[in-house]
Amino acid sequence: MNPASTKTLLDPLFESNPIALQVLGICSALAVTSKMETALVMCAAVISVLALSNLSISILRNLIPSNVRIIVQLTIIASLVIMTDQVLKAYIYEISKQLSVFVGLIITNCIIMGRAEAYAMQNGPLDSLLDGIGNGLGYSVVLMATAFLRELLAQGTVFGAVVLPKVHSGGWYNPNGLLGVSAGAFFIIGLFIWALRSWKTDQVEAEG
Amino acid sequence: MEQYLNLAIKAIFVENLALAFFLGMCSFLACSKKINTALGLGAAVIFVQTVTVPMNNLIYNRLLADGALAWLSPGLADYDLSFLGFLCYIGTIAAMVQIVEMTLDRYVPALYAALGVFLPLIAVNCAILGGSLLMVERTYTFGESVVFGLGSGVGWALAIVALASIRERLQYSNIPLALRGLGMTFVLSGLMAIGFMAFGGIQL
Repeated sequence: MNPASTKTLLDPLFESNPIALQVLGICSALAVTSKMETALVMCAAVISVLALSNLSISILRNLIPSNVRIIVQLTIIASLVIMTDQVLKAYIYEISKQLSVFVGLIITNCIIMGRAEAYAMQNGPLDSLLDGIGNGLGYSVVLMATAFLRELLAQGTVFGAVVLPKVHSGGWYNPNGLLGVSAGAFFIIGLFIWALRSWKTDQVEAEG
Repeated sequence: MEQYLNLAIKAIFVENLALAFFLGMCSFLACSKKINTALGLGAAVIFVQTVTVPMNNLIYNRLLADGALAWLSPGLADYDLSFLGFLCYIGTIAAMVQIVEMTLDRYVPALYAALGVFLPLIAVNCAILGGSLLMVERTYTFGESVVFGLGSGVGWALAIVALASIRERLQYSNIPLALRGLGMTFVLSGLMAIGFMAFGGIQL
Protein backbone atom coordinates (compact mmCIF):
# COMPACT_ATOMS: atom_id res chain seq x y z
CA MET A 1 0.00 0.00 0.00
CA ASN A 2 1.40 3.44 -0.89
CA PRO A 3 1.76 6.13 1.80
CA ALA A 4 -1.18 8.20 0.55
CA SER A 5 -3.61 5.30 0.89
CA THR A 6 -2.26 4.48 4.33
CA LYS A 7 -2.90 8.07 5.31
CA THR A 8 -6.49 7.92 3.98
CA LEU A 9 -7.02 4.77 6.00
CA LEU A 10 -5.38 5.73 9.27
CA ASP A 11 -5.93 9.49 9.61
CA PRO A 12 -9.53 9.18 10.81
CA LEU A 13 -8.36 7.13 13.82
CA PHE A 14 -6.92 10.04 15.79
CA GLU A 15 -5.98 12.95 13.48
CA SER A 16 -9.52 13.60 12.20
CA ASN A 17 -11.64 11.29 14.29
CA PRO A 18 -15.24 11.38 13.02
CA ILE A 19 -16.73 11.53 16.51
CA ALA A 20 -14.26 13.67 18.44
CA LEU A 21 -13.35 16.21 15.77
CA GLN A 22 -15.92 16.14 13.02
CA VAL A 23 -18.85 15.74 15.49
CA LEU A 24 -20.49 13.10 13.32
CA GLY A 25 -22.51 10.06 14.35
CA ILE A 26 -22.78 10.84 18.03
CA CYS A 27 -26.27 9.44 18.60
CA SER A 28 -25.46 5.81 18.14
CA ALA A 29 -22.05 6.23 19.76
CA LEU A 30 -23.78 7.03 23.01
CA ALA A 31 -26.74 4.74 22.82
CA VAL A 32 -25.27 1.33 22.10
CA THR A 33 -22.25 1.52 24.38
CA SER A 34 -23.63 0.18 27.64
CA LYS A 35 -22.38 -3.30 26.66
CA MET A 36 -19.32 -4.24 24.60
CA GLU A 37 -21.12 -6.96 22.70
CA THR A 38 -23.74 -4.63 21.23
CA ALA A 39 -21.10 -2.00 20.57
CA LEU A 40 -18.99 -4.48 18.61
CA VAL A 41 -21.93 -5.52 16.43
CA MET A 42 -22.82 -1.87 15.87
CA CYS A 43 -19.22 -1.10 14.82
CA ALA A 44 -19.23 -3.97 12.35
CA ALA A 45 -22.54 -2.79 10.92
CA VAL A 46 -21.37 0.81 10.58
CA ILE A 47 -18.01 -0.13 9.03
CA SER A 48 -19.66 -2.33 6.42
CA VAL A 49 -22.38 0.19 5.53
CA LEU A 50 -19.89 3.05 5.45
CA ALA A 51 -17.36 1.20 3.27
CA LEU A 52 -19.98 -0.08 0.84
CA SER A 53 -21.87 3.20 0.58
CA ASN A 54 -18.65 5.12 -0.03
CA LEU A 55 -17.67 2.57 -2.67
CA SER A 56 -21.00 2.58 -4.50
CA ILE A 57 -21.52 6.32 -4.33
CA SER A 58 -18.00 6.87 -5.59
CA ILE A 59 -18.57 4.51 -8.54
CA LEU A 60 -21.80 6.34 -9.40
CA ARG A 61 -20.50 9.82 -8.64
CA ASN A 62 -20.31 10.95 -12.27
CA LEU A 63 -23.81 9.67 -13.03
CA ILE A 64 -25.62 11.32 -10.10
CA PRO A 65 -27.08 14.73 -11.03
CA SER A 66 -26.00 17.11 -8.32
CA ASN A 67 -29.44 18.55 -7.52
CA VAL A 68 -30.96 15.20 -6.61
CA ARG A 69 -27.83 13.74 -5.05
CA ILE A 70 -29.11 13.75 -1.46
CA ILE A 71 -32.09 11.56 -2.25
CA VAL A 72 -29.93 9.21 -4.36
CA GLN A 73 -27.40 8.92 -1.53
CA LEU A 74 -30.16 8.30 1.00
CA THR A 75 -31.65 5.56 -1.15
CA ILE A 76 -28.30 3.81 -1.56
CA ILE A 77 -27.59 4.08 2.16
CA ALA A 78 -31.09 2.95 3.17
CA SER A 79 -30.84 -0.11 0.92
CA LEU A 80 -27.46 -1.05 2.43
CA VAL A 81 -28.85 -0.60 5.94
CA ILE A 82 -31.85 -2.82 5.13
CA MET A 83 -29.40 -5.51 3.96
CA THR A 84 -27.34 -5.19 7.15
CA ASP A 85 -30.46 -5.28 9.28
CA GLN A 86 -31.70 -8.45 7.59
CA VAL A 87 -28.30 -10.14 8.05
CA LEU A 88 -28.22 -9.20 11.75
CA LYS A 89 -31.77 -10.43 12.28
CA ALA A 90 -30.98 -13.72 10.54
CA TYR A 91 -27.76 -14.58 12.37
CA ILE A 92 -27.70 -12.79 15.73
CA TYR A 93 -31.34 -12.12 16.50
CA GLU A 94 -30.82 -11.51 20.25
CA ILE A 95 -28.31 -8.74 19.78
CA SER A 96 -30.27 -7.16 16.94
CA LYS A 97 -33.23 -6.93 19.35
CA GLN A 98 -31.03 -5.11 21.86
CA LEU A 99 -29.82 -2.67 19.24
CA SER A 100 -33.51 -1.98 18.54
CA VAL A 101 -33.95 1.17 16.46
CA PHE A 102 -30.28 2.01 16.25
CA VAL A 103 -29.52 -0.23 13.28
CA GLY A 104 -32.17 1.64 11.32
CA LEU A 105 -30.73 4.90 12.51
CA ILE A 106 -27.48 4.15 10.66
CA ILE A 107 -29.38 5.67 7.71
CA THR A 108 -29.36 9.07 9.34
CA ASN A 109 -25.97 8.56 10.97
CA CYS A 110 -24.21 11.67 9.80
CA ILE A 111 -20.88 9.87 9.40
CA ILE A 112 -22.25 8.02 6.40
CA MET A 113 -23.89 11.01 4.69
CA GLY A 114 -21.00 13.22 5.70
CA ARG A 115 -18.32 10.99 4.18
CA ALA A 116 -20.41 10.35 1.06
CA GLU A 117 -20.80 14.08 0.55
CA ALA A 118 -17.31 15.17 1.60
CA TYR A 119 -15.21 12.36 0.18
CA ALA A 120 -16.90 9.80 -2.05
CA MET A 121 -18.42 12.40 -4.40
CA GLN A 122 -14.94 13.69 -5.28
CA ASN A 123 -12.65 10.67 -5.13
CA GLY A 124 -12.13 7.35 -6.88
CA PRO A 125 -13.71 4.08 -5.70
CA LEU A 126 -10.59 2.58 -4.09
CA ASP A 127 -9.71 5.68 -2.08
CA SER A 128 -13.35 6.07 -1.04
CA LEU A 129 -13.47 2.47 0.15
CA LEU A 130 -10.35 3.07 2.27
CA ASP A 131 -11.78 6.33 3.58
CA GLY A 132 -14.97 4.50 4.52
CA ILE A 133 -13.10 1.77 6.37
CA GLY A 134 -10.83 4.32 8.06
CA ASN A 135 -13.70 6.46 9.31
CA GLY A 136 -15.56 3.35 10.38
CA LEU A 137 -12.49 2.34 12.40
CA GLY A 138 -12.19 5.80 13.92
CA TYR A 139 -15.83 5.54 15.00
CA SER A 140 -15.19 2.05 16.37
CA VAL A 141 -12.18 3.17 18.45
CA VAL A 142 -14.33 5.67 20.36
CA LEU A 143 -17.26 3.28 20.58
CA MET A 144 -15.26 0.34 21.91
CA ALA A 145 -13.31 2.47 24.40
CA THR A 146 -16.56 3.95 25.74
CA ALA A 147 -18.26 0.56 25.89
CA PHE A 148 -15.24 -0.98 27.65
CA LEU A 149 -15.26 1.65 30.38
CA ARG A 150 -19.01 1.65 30.79
CA GLU A 151 -19.38 -2.12 30.99
CA LEU A 152 -16.35 -2.55 33.24
CA LEU A 153 -17.28 0.14 35.73
CA ALA A 154 -21.06 -0.27 35.70
CA GLN A 155 -21.25 -4.05 35.71
CA GLY A 156 -17.72 -5.27 36.43
CA THR A 157 -17.62 -7.33 33.24
CA VAL A 158 -15.83 -7.30 29.88
CA PHE A 159 -17.78 -8.94 27.03
CA GLY A 160 -20.01 -10.46 29.72
CA ALA A 161 -17.09 -12.17 31.52
CA VAL A 162 -16.70 -11.13 35.16
CA VAL A 163 -13.51 -9.12 35.77
CA LEU A 164 -14.42 -7.19 38.90
CA PRO A 165 -16.62 -9.40 41.12
CA LYS A 166 -19.50 -7.31 42.46
CA VAL A 167 -20.23 -6.84 46.16
CA HIS A 168 -23.74 -8.26 46.09
CA SER A 169 -22.54 -11.46 44.43
CA GLY A 170 -19.77 -12.03 46.95
CA GLY A 171 -16.93 -9.99 45.41
CA TRP A 172 -15.37 -6.70 46.41
CA TYR A 173 -16.32 -4.29 43.60
CA ASN A 174 -19.03 -1.73 44.27
CA PRO A 175 -20.45 -0.98 40.79
CA ASN A 176 -20.97 2.57 39.60
CA GLY A 177 -24.51 2.63 38.27
CA LEU A 178 -24.17 6.13 36.82
CA LEU A 179 -22.02 4.85 33.97
CA GLY A 180 -24.68 2.37 32.98
CA VAL A 181 -27.24 5.09 32.23
CA SER A 182 -27.24 7.79 29.58
CA ALA A 183 -25.47 10.46 31.62
CA GLY A 184 -22.38 8.30 32.02
CA ALA A 185 -21.98 7.99 28.25
CA PHE A 186 -21.98 11.78 27.87
CA PHE A 187 -19.28 12.13 30.53
CA ILE A 188 -17.02 9.46 29.05
CA ILE A 189 -17.15 10.90 25.52
CA GLY A 190 -16.59 14.39 26.96
CA LEU A 191 -13.53 13.19 28.86
CA PHE A 192 -12.32 11.27 25.79
CA ILE A 193 -12.45 14.46 23.74
CA TRP A 194 -10.67 16.33 26.52
CA ALA A 195 -7.89 13.73 26.59
CA LEU A 196 -7.56 13.64 22.80
CA ARG A 197 -7.37 17.41 22.53
CA SER A 198 -4.85 17.70 25.34
CA TRP A 199 -2.68 15.29 23.36
CA LYS A 200 -3.28 16.80 19.89
CA THR A 201 -3.47 20.46 20.86
CA ASP A 202 -4.16 21.66 17.29
CA GLN A 203 -7.70 20.29 17.61
CA VAL A 204 -8.63 22.75 20.36
CA GLU A 205 -11.60 24.89 19.32
CA ALA A 206 -11.03 28.57 18.73
CA GLU A 207 -12.55 31.04 21.18
CA GLY A 208 -16.06 32.02 20.20
CA MET B 1 -57.70 10.69 27.81
CA GLU B 2 -55.55 9.82 30.81
CA GLN B 3 -53.46 7.37 28.85
CA TYR B 4 -52.66 10.08 26.28
CA LEU B 5 -51.62 12.51 28.98
CA ASN B 6 -49.44 9.84 30.53
CA LEU B 7 -47.85 9.10 27.17
CA ALA B 8 -47.19 12.78 26.57
CA ILE B 9 -45.48 13.23 29.95
CA LYS B 10 -43.43 10.13 29.29
CA ALA B 11 -42.37 11.32 25.83
CA ILE B 12 -41.47 14.83 26.99
CA PHE B 13 -39.65 14.15 30.26
CA VAL B 14 -39.07 10.52 31.18
CA GLU B 15 -37.97 9.24 27.79
CA ASN B 16 -36.61 12.48 26.42
CA LEU B 17 -35.37 11.75 22.90
CA ALA B 18 -32.21 13.79 23.28
CA LEU B 19 -31.15 13.01 26.83
CA ALA B 20 -32.34 9.43 27.34
CA PHE B 21 -32.12 8.03 23.80
CA PHE B 22 -29.36 10.24 22.37
CA LEU B 23 -31.34 11.01 19.24
CA GLY B 24 -30.64 14.04 17.12
CA MET B 25 -27.31 14.52 18.90
CA CYS B 26 -25.49 16.03 15.92
CA SER B 27 -27.72 19.07 15.67
CA PHE B 28 -28.27 19.02 19.44
CA LEU B 29 -24.56 19.70 19.92
CA ALA B 30 -23.89 21.75 16.81
CA CYS B 31 -26.88 24.14 16.87
CA SER B 32 -27.01 24.89 20.59
CA LYS B 33 -24.59 27.83 20.68
CA LYS B 34 -27.35 30.48 20.64
CA ILE B 35 -30.81 30.39 22.19
CA ASN B 36 -32.46 31.87 19.08
CA THR B 37 -31.22 29.19 16.69
CA ALA B 38 -32.05 26.52 19.26
CA LEU B 39 -35.62 27.87 19.50
CA GLY B 40 -36.03 27.90 15.71
CA LEU B 41 -34.69 24.38 15.32
CA GLY B 42 -36.78 23.15 18.24
CA ALA B 43 -39.96 24.60 16.71
CA ALA B 44 -39.17 22.99 13.36
CA VAL B 45 -38.55 19.61 14.99
CA ILE B 46 -41.84 19.76 16.93
CA PHE B 47 -43.69 20.57 13.74
CA VAL B 48 -42.12 17.91 11.52
CA GLN B 49 -42.23 15.27 14.24
CA THR B 50 -45.96 15.85 14.86
CA VAL B 51 -46.65 15.39 11.15
CA THR B 52 -44.32 12.51 10.24
CA VAL B 53 -44.86 10.12 13.16
CA PRO B 54 -48.64 9.74 12.56
CA MET B 55 -47.96 9.66 8.80
CA ASN B 56 -45.51 6.77 9.16
CA ASN B 57 -47.92 5.11 11.56
CA LEU B 58 -50.54 5.04 8.79
CA ILE B 59 -48.00 3.80 6.24
CA TYR B 60 -46.87 1.01 8.53
CA ASN B 61 -50.32 -0.14 9.62
CA ARG B 62 -52.01 0.22 6.21
CA LEU B 63 -49.25 -0.85 3.83
CA LEU B 64 -46.22 -2.50 5.37
CA ALA B 65 -47.16 -4.58 8.41
CA ASP B 66 -47.75 -8.32 8.12
CA GLY B 67 -51.12 -8.78 6.42
CA ALA B 68 -51.74 -5.03 6.25
CA LEU B 69 -52.55 -5.11 2.55
CA ALA B 70 -55.66 -7.23 3.18
CA TRP B 71 -57.88 -4.17 2.80
CA LEU B 72 -56.84 -3.89 -0.87
CA SER B 73 -57.75 -7.43 -1.81
CA PRO B 74 -57.83 -10.73 0.11
CA GLY B 75 -55.12 -12.15 -2.15
CA LEU B 76 -52.62 -9.68 -0.74
CA ALA B 77 -53.23 -10.71 2.88
CA ASP B 78 -50.08 -12.85 3.10
CA TYR B 79 -47.66 -10.10 2.16
CA ASP B 80 -45.29 -8.76 4.81
CA LEU B 81 -43.50 -5.71 3.49
CA SER B 82 -42.08 -4.54 6.81
CA PHE B 83 -38.50 -4.97 5.53
CA LEU B 84 -39.16 -1.96 3.29
CA GLY B 85 -39.79 0.12 6.41
CA PHE B 86 -36.57 2.12 6.56
CA LEU B 87 -36.80 3.16 2.93
CA CYS B 88 -40.44 4.23 3.26
CA TYR B 89 -40.01 6.17 6.50
CA ILE B 90 -37.02 8.13 5.28
CA GLY B 91 -38.85 8.80 2.00
CA THR B 92 -41.91 10.05 3.88
CA ILE B 93 -39.78 12.23 6.09
CA ALA B 94 -37.88 13.76 3.18
CA ALA B 95 -41.11 14.38 1.29
CA MET B 96 -42.91 15.84 4.32
CA VAL B 97 -40.03 18.16 5.07
CA GLN B 98 -40.13 19.35 1.47
CA ILE B 99 -43.91 19.92 1.61
CA VAL B 100 -43.72 21.68 4.97
CA GLU B 101 -40.98 23.88 3.57
CA MET B 102 -42.99 24.86 0.49
CA THR B 103 -46.19 25.45 2.50
CA LEU B 104 -44.43 27.66 5.02
CA ASP B 105 -42.71 29.57 2.24
CA ARG B 106 -46.07 30.24 0.55
CA TYR B 107 -48.30 30.98 3.55
CA VAL B 108 -46.15 31.87 6.58
CA PRO B 109 -43.03 33.50 5.11
CA ALA B 110 -42.03 34.99 8.48
CA LEU B 111 -41.70 31.58 10.13
CA TYR B 112 -40.02 30.22 7.00
CA ALA B 113 -37.38 32.92 7.15
CA ALA B 114 -36.87 32.34 10.86
CA LEU B 115 -36.28 28.61 10.45
CA GLY B 116 -34.01 29.14 7.46
CA VAL B 117 -31.53 26.39 6.78
CA PHE B 118 -32.70 24.19 9.67
CA LEU B 119 -35.84 23.05 7.93
CA PRO B 120 -34.15 20.99 5.18
CA LEU B 121 -31.57 19.72 7.68
CA ILE B 122 -34.33 18.10 9.71
CA ALA B 123 -34.71 15.43 7.03
CA VAL B 124 -31.49 13.83 8.24
CA ASN B 125 -32.06 14.51 11.95
CA CYS B 126 -32.12 11.12 13.62
CA ALA B 127 -34.63 12.30 16.23
CA ILE B 128 -37.24 12.33 13.46
CA LEU B 129 -36.45 8.91 12.02
CA GLY B 130 -35.90 7.59 15.54
CA GLY B 131 -39.35 8.80 16.59
CA SER B 132 -40.94 6.91 13.71
CA LEU B 133 -38.92 3.75 14.38
CA LEU B 134 -39.75 3.80 18.10
CA MET B 135 -43.41 4.30 17.23
CA VAL B 136 -43.34 1.18 15.03
CA GLU B 137 -41.41 -0.85 17.59
CA ARG B 138 -43.89 -0.02 20.36
CA THR B 139 -46.91 -0.59 18.10
CA TYR B 140 -48.69 2.66 18.96
CA THR B 141 -52.20 3.24 17.64
CA PHE B 142 -52.86 6.24 15.43
CA GLY B 143 -54.06 8.40 18.33
CA GLU B 144 -51.07 7.46 20.46
CA SER B 145 -48.70 8.18 17.60
CA VAL B 146 -50.03 11.75 17.29
CA VAL B 147 -49.43 12.30 21.02
CA PHE B 148 -46.04 10.59 20.91
CA GLY B 149 -44.95 12.66 17.90
CA LEU B 150 -45.94 15.93 19.55
CA GLY B 151 -44.56 14.96 22.95
CA SER B 152 -41.21 13.71 21.74
CA GLY B 153 -40.78 16.82 19.58
CA VAL B 154 -41.55 19.08 22.54
CA GLY B 155 -39.12 17.11 24.71
CA TRP B 156 -36.32 17.46 22.18
CA ALA B 157 -36.97 21.18 21.75
CA LEU B 158 -36.99 21.65 25.53
CA ALA B 159 -33.63 19.91 25.86
CA ILE B 160 -31.90 21.90 23.11
CA VAL B 161 -33.21 25.25 24.35
CA ALA B 162 -32.10 24.44 27.90
CA LEU B 163 -28.65 23.40 26.68
CA ALA B 164 -28.31 26.57 24.59
CA SER B 165 -29.15 28.78 27.57
CA ILE B 166 -26.54 27.05 29.71
CA ARG B 167 -23.94 27.38 26.96
CA GLU B 168 -24.62 31.11 26.60
CA ARG B 169 -23.98 31.51 30.32
CA LEU B 170 -20.75 29.55 30.08
CA GLN B 171 -19.06 32.03 27.77
CA TYR B 172 -17.38 33.79 30.64
CA SER B 173 -16.30 30.70 32.55
CA ASN B 174 -12.70 29.65 32.73
CA ILE B 175 -12.78 26.16 31.22
CA PRO B 176 -9.57 24.15 30.58
CA LEU B 177 -8.43 24.87 27.03
CA ALA B 178 -8.77 21.36 25.64
CA LEU B 179 -12.22 20.91 27.16
CA ARG B 180 -13.69 24.05 25.54
CA GLY B 181 -16.44 23.66 22.97
CA LEU B 182 -17.44 20.11 22.21
CA GLY B 183 -15.95 18.44 25.29
CA MET B 184 -17.69 20.80 27.70
CA THR B 185 -20.97 20.44 25.81
CA PHE B 186 -20.85 16.70 26.39
CA VAL B 187 -20.22 17.12 30.10
CA LEU B 188 -23.12 19.61 30.27
CA SER B 189 -25.47 17.23 28.47
CA GLY B 190 -24.43 14.54 30.93
CA LEU B 191 -25.37 16.78 33.84
CA MET B 192 -28.70 17.59 32.15
CA ALA B 193 -29.32 13.88 31.62
CA ILE B 194 -28.82 13.34 35.36
CA GLY B 195 -31.34 16.12 35.97
CA PHE B 196 -33.88 14.51 33.66
CA MET B 197 -33.40 11.18 35.44
CA ALA B 198 -35.32 12.75 38.31
CA PHE B 199 -38.45 12.38 36.17
CA GLY B 200 -37.95 8.62 35.94
CA GLY B 201 -40.89 6.51 37.04
CA ILE B 202 -43.44 9.32 36.96
CA GLN B 203 -46.86 7.90 36.16
CA LEU B 204 -50.16 9.71 36.03
